[in-house]
This record gives sequence, structure tokens and C-alpha cells, in this order.
Amino acid sequence: MANSLNSGFLAWLRRDLLLAYRRRGEAASPLVFFVMVSTLIPLGLTPESARLAEVAAGMIWVMALLATLLSVDGLFASDYQDGSLEQLLITPQLLPMPLLGKITAHWLTTGLPLTLVSPLLGLMLSLPASGYLPMICSLALGTACLSLTGAVGAALTVSLRKGGLLLSLLVMPLYMPVIIFGTATVTYAIDGLNWLPPLAILGALFAASIALCPLAAAGALRITSAN
Amino acid sequence: MPHSPLLKVENLAFERDDNSVLENIDLSLNSGEIIQIEGANGSGKTTLLRLLTSALQPSAGNIFYKGSPIGECRYQYLSDMLYIGHQPAVKLTLTAEENLRWMVNSSAKTNQLSIADALAGVGLAGYSDIPCYTLSAGQHRRVALARLLISEAALWYLDEPFTAIDKQGVSFLESRLQEHLDSGGVVVLSSHQDLALNNLRKYSLNPPAGQVQ
Repeated sequence: MANSLNSGFLAWLRRDLLLAYRRRGEAASPLVFFVMVSTLIPLGLTPESARLAEVAAGMIWVMALLATLLSVDGLFASDYQDGSLEQLLITPQLLPMPLLGKITAHWLTTGLPLTLVSPLLGLMLSLPASGYLPMICSLALGTACLSLTGAVGAALTVSLRKGGLLLSLLVMPLYMPVIIFGTATVTYAIDGLNWLPPLAILGALFAASIALCPLAAAGALRITSAN
Repeated sequence: MPHSPLLKVENLAFERDDNSVLENIDLSLNSGEIIQIEGANGSGKTTLLRLLTSALQPSAGNIFYKGSPIGECRYQYLSDMLYIGHQPAVKLTLTAEENLRWMVNSSAKTNQLSIADALAGVGLAGYSDIPCYTLSAGQHRRVALARLLISEAALWYLDEPFTAIDKQGVSFLESRLQEHLDSGGVVVLSSHQDLALNNLRKYSLNPPAGQVQ
């Protein structure tokens, strides 16, 4: 059992992290997008900190969501093209474990850096001090949900030539609860309310996604590869 | 007790979008036997191999491994199988050694041969820590074929293994295949090449009836 965990989850996690490390420039693009667009907001909207503070939480969350959506498209694409996905489908191990490894690697290379850099953006968008901790907590949990649900969409669209738009349409509805409760966590904290309930709902969403999404992604890959 | 072949395929068929791609495929392989699938381009060689790997589900028919349907012994069947597809599954940004280590880790039955020795065996000694994007197409194929040196799986499914391989590579591959057959394994491969192997049978795929020939 330990061996199957190692050759499934950990092996794919390690491999995808190594691949991301070898293509650092490409792997950093969601983060660069996140930071760049967020610096444009004060220029385009208003540099006035009182008004920026009102929209800061929502803006950071929208950027995080778009940055994840941009990168999740490529989760299975290169594996599909070079035949690795075919090899993955015929491993004797249970398919969801390697997929969870891939998804974890995706979160470690997109969601986690976004979360870590978000306080900087909070500063740029004059986020009130009480919002920082809830923002970090909600982004850490929320981006993990985004990676997990995004993987299902990526698995469904992997065999299409231009699956990007379809992928966005498929996963956008599933992203809505995440962004609603993510921004709610931050705005509740700024308004001086108890911010733990929306965060708890994010936690519940995360628990549901980590249990269901690898299974759904595995099923989706079996369907899309069957032609 | 009746003797059941290692691999038996009964009446296998596959349809894609209501078009029949393969029909009435019957194969039977005892240990030490090799089948070469022949057929024109587009006659379904790759499809047949992918059906055998269970990556594709047949629309009719059954595949038996040691007498039982592969649906019932999936883990044993897949652990005892090695498939090298049309795409060599080589990651361009990884080195030859990392690629091979990765492929070997995901397969169940392996021998004690080291990664470096396997790469040397396919003529890639000295290339082990060079990223694969600097290697040629034939060398990519050799990285994938190095798995054959390490694998202990009994069933080998090889889709056009000789693509982009030079003459020495072909004769090396032939001797490795013979070695595998002599030790009781079976091979199903698709190739347009004429092979000098014992116990070789050819299986020709014809376009299904109803199609213009």
C-alpha cells in the first residue's frame, strides 16, 4: 500500500514539480499575471485608498481566480501530446492518486505562490489591516478548490484542439461558490464581523473537492481518451 | 484442466462514431510467441494495441489473460504489461535518466538493472544528464525502448517500435525481443518491417467490410 502511494501520488507530484522547475518562466506566468493586473487597478480605478480598500478583497480574489483558470488549462495538455497520459491510464494503481499528485503540484506552483504574494497586493490596494489574515487563509483554501475543480474541466477538454474557452465555461459555475465565500471571508473581517463561518464553508468546499474531484477527473480522462 | 493461453482475444470489435474500426479480431498467444500486426495506414493497428492495453474499451468481444477476462484481473494484467505507444512519452525538459527513472517507477515489474546501464544498453551512454530536447527523434525512441531492458513484464505491446531507429538499433531490438520470447514472454507489435524472429506470426488487418478498399 505504501508502495502504491509512492508510485502514484508522490511520484507524479515530484515529477510535475520537477517539470515546473525546469520551465520556471512558464510556471511563473500566472503569478506575474496576478501581480501585473493588480498593479493596474489603482491606475485604472482610483489611487484613493479609501475607495480602493472597498474593492481590494474582491479584486484580489477575481485576479487569483483568473490566474488559476489560465494555468489549469495546461494541466494535462503536454502529457496528452507526448503520450505520458496514455501511460498514466494503464498504470495498475488507482488513477485518482496520481491525479491528486498532479493537482497538488499545480496548487504548489500556482495557488500557493499567489497566496504568499497576496499581502503585497493587499498593500498596493490599501486593504485594511484586519483583512490580511482572512485573505491568506481564504486564498490558501480557495485556490486549492480552484485547482481541484479546474482539473476536472481540464480532463474533460484535454482532447480538444482549442479547449480553453470550453474549459472556462465548464468550470466557471463551479468557481462561483469559491469566490463568493472567499471574498465574504475578507469583507466580513474588514467590517468587524466574525469571518470564520464563510471560511468554514470554504473548508467544506475544499473537503468535498478533494474527495470528489480526483475521482471525477479520473472518470473524465477515461472518457476523453476513449476515442 | 484445459490449457489456457497467456493472452486470448475473442471476437473483439471497436466502433468510433458508429463507424466500425475493427471487427472480429481473434488472437491467441502462448508464452514465447510474437504477433506482428500488419495493415495499411489507418487500418486500426494502434487502435488494436490500445484495446489490448485496456486504455480503450471494446464495443464487443473479450480479452482473456491466463484464462480470465481482464476486467476481473485488472491489477495483475496491467502489472504484467508493458506498452510503448506511438508517442514515446518522453518529457523534453527532463534528462534521459529522469525520463527513464520516471517510466520505470510507474511500472510494476522490473529487474535489478540500473538506469545508467539500461541507457548505455540502448546506446545513450553519456547522454544521461542532457535534457531530452537536445536529442533526436530516434534517441527519444531509444529512451523509451530502454524500458524493455528493465522490464520484467510478460506482455509487451509495442506500437511501431522501429520508427526513427537506425539499423544497429533494429538488430539490437530484435535480439532483445528474442530474449524476451525465450524467457516465456509474449509480444504484440505493429510494424511494417520484416523481422527475423522465431515463432513470429503475422496478423493482417483489413479495412472492415462495407468500406471502399
